[in-house]
Amino acid sequence: MPVAYIPRTRELYSDFTPYRWIVNETVPWTPLKKPIAESKIALMSSGGIMYRDQPRFHHEDASYRRIPKHAAREDLYVWHFGYPTADAEKDPNCVFPLDGMREMEAEHVIGELSDPAFSFMGGIYSARKVRDELAPNIVDELKRAHVDAFYLVPA
Amino acid sequence: MCHQSVGLIARVVEEEGIPTICMTSALDITQSVKPPRAVFVNFPLGHQTGRPNDPAIQRQIVRDAMHAFESIRTPGDIVQLPYVWNPTDRSWETGDYTKGWMPERPSRDAADVAEAERVARYAK
Repeated sequence: MPVAYIPRTRELYSDFTPYRWIVNETVPWTPLKKPIAESKIALMSSGGIMYRDQPRFHHEDASYRRIPKHAAREDLYVWHFGYPTADAEKDPNCVFPLDGMREMEAEHVIGELSDPAFSFMGGIYSARKVRDELAPNIVDELKRAHVDAFYLVPA
Repeated sequence: MCHQSVGLIARVVEEEGIPTICMTSALDITQSVKPPRAVFVNFPLGHQTGRPNDPAIQRQIVRDAMHAFESIRTPGDIVQLPYVWNPTDRSWETGDYTKGWMPERPSRDAADVAEAERVARYAK
């Protein structure tokens, strides 16, 4: 059974005012322009991945890190407040599937993996910060790179 | 929180004309935020694209996600993948995200020291 995280969050933080989750009624939609096998795809993880000497993330941090697509596993680090990071530290592919994307690129399952990939620390309580500060910066990155599609992985 | 943040970004990017797909392990949050396309895998938080050092399941999940990218035609659809975290022990489903579940984070000082060491390692 899927875990019901909304009630569980309410119980876990029962000393605080209940968090007001975003409730949307409508869904935006853009059709794929071409088959995935011909598409340039960008990857982003909210798992708090950092490359080499990039600074770690802070509370309510709307910044993001650019991760070279050919980054070696030993050059990736993890910093996050919202999930136990031990497994992701062992193997970032748990939340940042760089190996899987590179493999699909090599096997022409996807057209191209866009360089760089992106990561941020998704434990941001302010939906306004995410929508108005972080998201527009990511849109700029994706448009500059002329990506056809975007794959997002939460943590 | 991660699931809400990712869903919000996907919606903004989609509104700007770039199609998106999100992984999710928090079905109720994703159903509330409504990203355009999502793929659900019933794994503990921090494993949305698989178990550590298990390339077979990692490979399968990302391929399923790319397949769903093409197969989802209805805005807001969530494809549910069949994978089971541990067929003989489902206790994480009741214990995760309850009091005492989250391991203690390093102190700010300890994190500063670790970060300084990391930066120094790459300065050479």
